[in-house]
This record gives sequence, C-alpha cells and structure tokens, in this order.
Amino acid sequence: MIDNIKIVFHQGKQFIPNPTTVEVPGVFRGRPVISHEKVNEAELLNLCPTDAITNNPISIDLGKCTFCGECARCFPEKISFSKDYKLSSNERNRLIIMEGDDKQIEVNPDTVRKEIHRIFGKSLKLRQISAGGDNSCEWELGAANNVQFDMSRYGIDFVASPRHADGIVITGPITKNMADAVQICYDATPDPKIIVLVGTDAISGGIFAESTAIDRSFLEKYPVDLYIPGNPAHPLTIINGLLDLTRKH
Amino acid sequence: MNYISIKNNQTILLSDIPESNYEWFYDKNIDLVTGHPERHCVNYFGYKSGNNIKLICCIADDLTHEILISTCLVNKAHDLESFTNKLLCFEKFEREIHENFGINYIDHPWLKPVRYANNRFDKSRVIANYPFYSIDSEELHEVGVGPIHAGIIEPGHFRFICNGEQILHLEIQLGYQHRGIEQLFIKNKKLLQRATLAESIAGDTAVGHSVTFAHVWESLCDFQTTRDIEFSRTLALELERLAIHVGDLSGVCTDIAYQLGSSVFGRLRTPIINFLQEWGGNRLAKGLIRPGRNQFPFTPALGQRLKQVLDIFEPEFNEMVEKLFSLPSALSRFERTGVVSNADALSIGAVGMAARMTNVNRDIRSSHPFSLYHDLNHHPILKRHGDVYSRVQIRREEVEQSISYIRKLISEIEPFIVQDGILKTPKPNSFCLSLVEGWRGEICHCALTDKNGELMLYKIKDPSFHNWLALALSVRNNEISDFPICNKSFNLSYSGHDL
Repeated sequence: MIDNIKIVFHQGKQFIPNPTTVEVPGVFRGRPVISHEKVNEAELLNLCPTDAITNNPISIDLGKCTFCGECARCFPEKISFSKDYKLSSNERNRLIIMEGDDKQIEVNPDTVRKEIHRIFGKSLKLRQISAGGDNSCEWELGAANNVQFDMSRYGIDFVASPRHADGIVITGPITKNMADAVQICYDATPDPKIIVLVGTDAISGGIFAESTAIDRSFLEKYPVDLYIPGNPAHPLTIINGLLDLTRKH
Repeated sequence: MNYISIKNNQTILLSDIPESNYEWFYDKNIDLVTGHPERHCVNYFGYKSGNNIKLICCIADDLTHEILISTCLVNKAHDLESFTNKLLCFEKFEREIHENFGINYIDHPWLKPVRYANNRFDKSRVIANYPFYSIDSEELHEVGVGPIHAGIIEPGHFRFICNGEQILHLEIQLGYQHRGIEQLFIKNKKLLQRATLAESIAGDTAVGHSVTFAHVWESLCDFQTTRDIEFSRTLALELERLAIHVGDLSGVCTDIAYQLGSSVFGRLRTPIINFLQEWGGNRLAKGLIRPGRNQFPFTPALGQRLKQVLDIFEPEFNEMVEKLFSLPSALSRFERTGVVSNADALSIGAVGMAARMTNVNRDIRSSHPFSLYHDLNHHPILKRHGDVYSRVQIRREEVEQSISYIRKLISEIEPFIVQDGILKTPKPNSFCLSLVEGWRGEICHCALTDKNGELMLYKIKDPSFHNWLALALSVRNNEISDFPICNKSFNLSYSGHDL
C-alpha cells in the first residue's frame, strides 16, 4: 500500500491541464504555411508522394498529405510546417491550405448537423473501426485517452459495441476485406450517429489511394461529419477536432 | 552445391542463384533445417516467370552468419510434395504460394488461406464466407471474435472451440488489413513513395520496416552508408523497442486489471515517443529514416536532451516494474499461463521475443548484425518457460538493455557527414535480402530487379508471419478469460501480416 502511494506521489500530476492550448515539444509537423515565393513548381509537385500538392495557386491538401516534410526540406523558403495541431474540420475543402493562408483550420458551425451539439455536446461514445489502418492512428486514439491527454474528461470515450456508440471512427483506407464489416458496424449503431475519419489513409486513401485492394464505396454513401488529418493524427489533433465538432452551435 | 551463401544486406545477380529441380530443392532445404535449430527459413516465396512459377527459399544460419539461397522453377499444373509435411515451419509460406499461384501441395496438412490477397489465384473464395474449422460435438461450444474487436485495435477473426471455460483450439483468420503493399511497391516508382509504404507496413514498427527497406535499397544501389546514418538507425530501433515494450507492459497490466501499472507504464511511453517527435517531428518516427541519407542528424544537443529524458524515465520505470514483479496477484496471472514449449517454438519457426521466451536463441542483432550492432556486442535475453511471465520478463529486461545501449550510443555521437544525396539506380537482374531485428523480431525484405534495374518483386515478411501460430498454440488448455493477456503478451501485428 505504501509502495503504491509512493509510486503515485513520484508520478506527480501527469495530466495536461488544457489540451486546447498546450504547446507540443520539439519539432512537430503540423499545419503547413505556404509563402508567395516563386519556386520551380513542377519540381515541387513531383516531390510529393501522394500528390497532395497542386498548383495555381500552390496548395497542400491535408487530407492527402503524409506529413513527411519533404517539400519543406527541399523548398524551405516556400513551405514550412508550423506546430499548430488543430487540423480538423467537418468540411473536406477546409483541409486544403492555399498559398499565403495562415489561419487555423476550424469546423464550420453553419454546416454542422444541428443535432450534434444538442445530443453529443456533453457526452460522445465512439466505436473505432480499423479498416486497413497500420496501427499508428489506432495507437494515437488510444493515447488520447491515457492519463496525460485524458479525453474522457470531456465525456468522450471509446466503447466496445456499436450498440453503445453515438458514432464510428474509421482509421485506414478501408480494405476490400473490411468493407462488409464497416457497413455492418455502421448499421448496428443507433441513430443519430456520426462518422469521423482519422488519419490521411482514412480521409483520402493516402499512400494506398491507388491500391486495388481497397474499397471506399462506403464513404460515398454517407456524409462524413469530421475529418482529422495526420499520419498518424496527434492525440491533441484528435481531441481538439472532436471538441470543435461537438461544442459548436 | 546448388545454393548460394550470402551475408545480410548483400546484393547478388539473380543468375548467381543456382537453379535446381524440385526434388533437389525439396531435399536440400529440408536437410538444411532438420536437426539444426540454428537454421531457420527467413523467407520462401514464388513469383511468375513466364508460364511457370519460380520459387526462392532463404535459410538463415545463425552460427555462420550466412543466408543460404536456392531456387527452383515449377509448373503450376503439377502437384508438389510439401515441405510442411516434414517441417511445420514452412506451413504458412506454402499456404501463401498456394493462395497466390494455385500450386497444389499433395500432402500439406491444411491449405488454409493466409490473407485473401487481392492478387490471389482463386477470387471466388472471399474472406466473408471462410469456413472455420469446427468439431461436431454436443459438449463443445464455439466463440467467434472479430474482425472488429472490443478495443481500439486492428481487425482479425479469432474462433475458439471451448470445452466449458477451457480453450481446446483457437483458429486465427487474418487478411482484413490487406492493402496490397507488395504490389504498390512495384506500381509506385518514386523512392519517397516506397519509403512511405515501408513505414506504413506496420505503423508500430515504422523504424524497423523503414530501416530494412533502406538497407535493401542502398545495397541494390551500391551505396555505402556512413556511420552517422547507421548511428541514427540503431538509436531509432532501440528507442522504438523501448517505447513499445513499455506500452505493452501497460497493456498486460490492463488485461489483469492492475490499474496502477496500466496507467504508469502507459504514461511512461509518452516521454520516449515525444523524444522521437523532438528528433524527427513524428511520435511514431515516421519520416525519420530515409534511404541514402541522414534525414534528421542526431546532434549533441539532442543527445543531452535524451540523457535528461532517460535520467527521469529510468527510476520511475524501475520503481513501477519492481512493484509489478513483486505482486503475487500479478505473478499468479503471468506464471504458467499461455505456455509455448521450446520444441513447439522450434517446429513452427518462431522468431524474436516469441522464440527467446522459450530459450530459442534467435536475434538478428547478434546472429546477422547490421548497423552499429557489431560494436554493441549484443547478447540476446533468453527465458526458458515460454509463458506470459517469460514474455513480460523479456520486455522488462529488453527495456533495461535498450536503455544501456542508448546511453552507450549517445556517449559517443557520430558527427554528421554531409552526403551529396544522390543514389544511383538499382543494379539490374539482382536479388537482395535484408534482415533487421525489430522490436517484435526478425523483419525480412527481399527485392528482385529486372533487366532495366526496375523493381520486379518486393517481398515483405514481418515477424508476426511466423508468430501468430505461437499465439494459437499458447492458449490451448488455458481458460478463455486468459486469452487477452496471452494476446497482449505477444502483441503481434495484423497489418504487418496482411500487408
């Protein structure tokens, strides 16, 4: 018993007091900022492994970006990655960063479904489905609920059964072999329900977009309520994204 | 002598691999492994060569530090005798060859699908209607779990046949995570795309797989790495091992309902992965390792910082781990739970921790050393009982060992050497094999190039490919309630297996 108290004492306070304002340590590749500098555009576009960079004007689609940082390494005067981890939105096109943009990505309160804030504003139970995820986003979703990030303080939790859930969180590009299971799980979740995509692979297919082993037809059938980019998404990106979605009127 | 002996990370001409007929290929490879626990199959695969299938078998010898490669051309219309009938460690390799090319083995015990790969031979068979093994009995019942599990983990289906609370048999069917990575390696021509694919094979082993890919690519392009590059790779591999082992100790504590251990180990992983982020900008070290260059040079300032992190981490870890290992209620859950015998581990060809837990000395860091492991003079940690306790002990001791290696490495940081950053194109008509000891165990990547030096085949083997069978064997005769702790103590990869 005394040992236990000692351990608890030595651990001290581990929780992050405010996950919406805390700064991440060291280098972090968060929201990119693109300057108006003139560079060799063809070379820049060709660098990107997932064709997330397009021109006229130069822009980066965070739904496709793997956050590898190669563009910033080769063209530091054009592109830099800021430490801003608030990257989520309910609108797919808000994930596209244009030349000269330097403002936070946010959920658009006007297009959020009306019932989301009223029903899930204080309590949100989610069922996670890994559908070809490489276990990195799964890791970070787990970390979002550890003693440091402690997402459950906001009433957001992951549950074991879709019957207990208010929505599903999909990671991975959705493989053909998982397509049926994703549909069954969604159908088993009671209405009203939300769909959240976490990670580049889930949002656009990422590096797997061209694979013939994936089947993304599920996403064509239903509206997505929140996109949380990252490779993998940082726990702070996940927490802030979910809060932004459910706390807005 | 109808095989060629190569070293780890060596590139040879495809034509240097002597081709023999199937009878010789069969006899010789079985002869190499039978009665030689120091030898095991690290990869065995086929690829289309005209209308025939070419098989390549790679047997590693841990004592002589060689890898013995042999090849054979077979016609898929002809049935073959299976290696598996003599040696069980070939079972999954032969199932994969059967699944992908339709080659029929006359005496394979169970040609069960491996992963329902997208390029499989028989597309009429789909994962949704896989016929699970069942026993017709009024006394037994079946429990089906998956593909979606209760927690935040990857999908796979577990089908238990139980006698009351006791597990009689567990069948594991995987393939839900199949993304067609090996085909994408060929389709995507940019090096950065391939490096990104390598770190997505298993996101929890981003360092392990990307180091293996980098070694393969550099060997194919005849690029000599500098010490600073290998320094970063060795350090990153040990940091990854350290972080995951601590996380797994947390998972094991969760599964025995030991809340304090679960929380403390869970939070102790954070400073290590946050350090990886401070170094390379990503908590799982994605983007840290790239072929042909030192992407994020390790500076003395980072060395100082890492020393600080470890100085705080070590006493906190030791305090918690000593408590866990002195708790009778925890130990009673660990000891004699989920046992795999030494004979079974050898027969199924277990690798990494799943081999070392039962006194099978398999560790690429000492048997086929790469990067700076020559200098670290690594001695694998071995346990004898093959139970959950052995696996937890290995994690504890490997955490301590990794810390000592990291401290040794950062005491003499290799200065950054500026590279021109230009890799040549891969050699044509070549074969390269690379082995790396990731935190789970041996990772093996093989690459074949065509006459233009283009990648023709990229073959990936995660340690989980061997070790899933060890999990299935470990739970037999255990209570079904002990399954989670057995599963967590192995912590095998679904995506690394399914590719």
